Amino acid sequence: MDMRALYDRLKALYPLGELTEQRANLAFVTLPAEYLRPALLHLRDLEGYRHLVLLTAVDWLEDGLFQLTYLLCNRSRNCDIGLRVMLPREGATMASSHDIWPTAAVYQRELREMFGIDFPDSPGVDEEFILEGWNDIPPYRRDFDTLKYANDSFAQRAGRETRDPETHMKQQLYPDRD
Amino acid sequence: MAYTPDRSQYPAMKADGSLDIDLASGKYLKLWQGPNHPGITGNMSVELTVCGDEVVAGKTHVGYLHRGFEKLMERRTFIQCFPIVCRICVPEPDFNEYCYAAAVEELAGIEVPEKANWIRALILEMGRINSYLMYLGGQAGALGQGVIGQWTTYARDLMLDRFEELTGARIYHMFIMPGGVRDHLPEGFQGRMQETLKEVECTLKDVWEVMFCNAVFKRRTVGMCVIDPAWLDEYGVTGPNARAAGVAKDVRRDAPYLVYPELDFEPVTGHDSDIYTRADVRRRDLLMSVDLIRQILARMPKDGPIMAPMPSMLHWRIPRGETYVRGECSRGEYGYYLVTDGSGYPRRVNVRGPSYTHAMSLLERMIVNVNISDVASLMVSLHTYPPEIER
Repeated sequence: MDMRALYDRLKALYPLGELTEQRANLAFVTLPAEYLRPALLHLRDLEGYRHLVLLTAVDWLEDGLFQLTYLLCNRSRNCDIGLRVMLPREGATMASSHDIWPTAAVYQRELREMFGIDFPDSPGVDEEFILEGWNDIPPYRRDFDTLKYANDSFAQRAGRETRDPETHMKQQLYPDRD
Repeated sequence: MAYTPDRSQYPAMKADGSLDIDLASGKYLKLWQGPNHPGITGNMSVELTVCGDEVVAGKTHVGYLHRGFEKLMERRTFIQCFPIVCRICVPEPDFNEYCYAAAVEELAGIEVPEKANWIRALILEMGRINSYLMYLGGQAGALGQGVIGQWTTYARDLMLDRFEELTGARIYHMFIMPGGVRDHLPEGFQGRMQETLKEVECTLKDVWEVMFCNAVFKRRTVGMCVIDPAWLDEYGVTGPNARAAGVAKDVRRDAPYLVYPELDFEPVTGHDSDIYTRADVRRRDLLMSVDLIRQILARMPKDGPIMAPMPSMLHWRIPRGETYVRGECSRGEYGYYLVTDGSGYPRRVNVRGPSYTHAMSLLERMIVNVNISDVASLMVSLHTYPPEIER
């Protein structure tokens, strides 16, 4: 399928951003959050994009934005389209799409926990997914410091020695050299 | 005599669709299957609500093996990510290596040499055989046939020997790296692989006779836990779970990659979509992989490079972009969504494993009305690996 032709059909209905054609059968396009659900329904029901491949987020910390990516597949035509929605990082909220694909509820639950993006009315969205008793900022955000968290949360095992690799190897290989 | 549930004992449904389960009534019991249970598929658990010996609700819990791979990769250079991606899936790690490498190559504009693609396909089919052998042992074991697992472990061990001589490792191979593969086939590898394939076929013949023709196995799997073909799109069902429902979903044919367009094969399908059919589809798919390996060995170029010219790994930056690369692993569609920002590190890596949907929303849907004794069999029949869920 010509991704450009699909883009033109969608563009006539929704205010889309520029088309990014990654491959002949894979393209990405950005659209405003309020048009996402109609676009998903259109692609599923009228264009044959019935398979929700994945739903995930990208943290553009410098721009203060989260990017939500809904990747849909039209298996019979071997085509994929990724719908991108940009959300402000502060109080990021998106309409749930669990009624379009039941499996979206799991993705949304994970995004709530890992990025702090809310999907009101999504089943079980506030339940813990992977983390238990988490009391820090959502860990997949770019400003979450994994090293600091590890140092604050876990103690070194007693008796464990830490060596600077450069100094250690120098002592092992060239002990006489300054 | 067929089992007939007592519907009068079932919980009422609330307005929001959830079940009104009053544990104090004494009608219901919470039962945890896992995380430590012989009938669990790895590091996960299912919180069952049972009425008598029938499940009225089930909830999948994961997080026992979360290592934050996707987050770790954002702090590592592209080449530093390569040795850790395989650890996302123990029984079939090679798809992580392939999908990650292919995504990086696409965004970096690297053309992989032809022979490397043949060796990659060989590795992926070898991994598929291993994964199916492990599955067959688990499926039989869930129904009390412990000996099948011993036989398939023997055959898998032979294939691990081939992995060891090819890659130097038995489980995590770290062989498919961005740009190509690490090495050529060792001297005499083809002959030893042919011997291993014969032994795998021989084991499969025994498995057919003792497992698939067994009256108890048939009784407990035929007609059990059917996946409605209408659910395939709703729940993102792929791989043998979809093919057993009569839908020939197979990335190797639908979106050909590597050398699959040059190989002669047809996706294995079934019709009944029950546990027995899913097991049989996997058994036949395994035999197809044996055939594919023979085709690959016969047609693989004898000479040629196996690595593309690569930039300095220490100063390697990839232009801003995003892509998604998929492959057909033993459990269905496996894919990597990679976003780059022009730096030397991935901006975002998202792993799409088939277990994400199969073990969560699909299992929770299918587990209702299942007898407790069949829960393990159902879970194994979906062939899920929890680390794909929690990455």
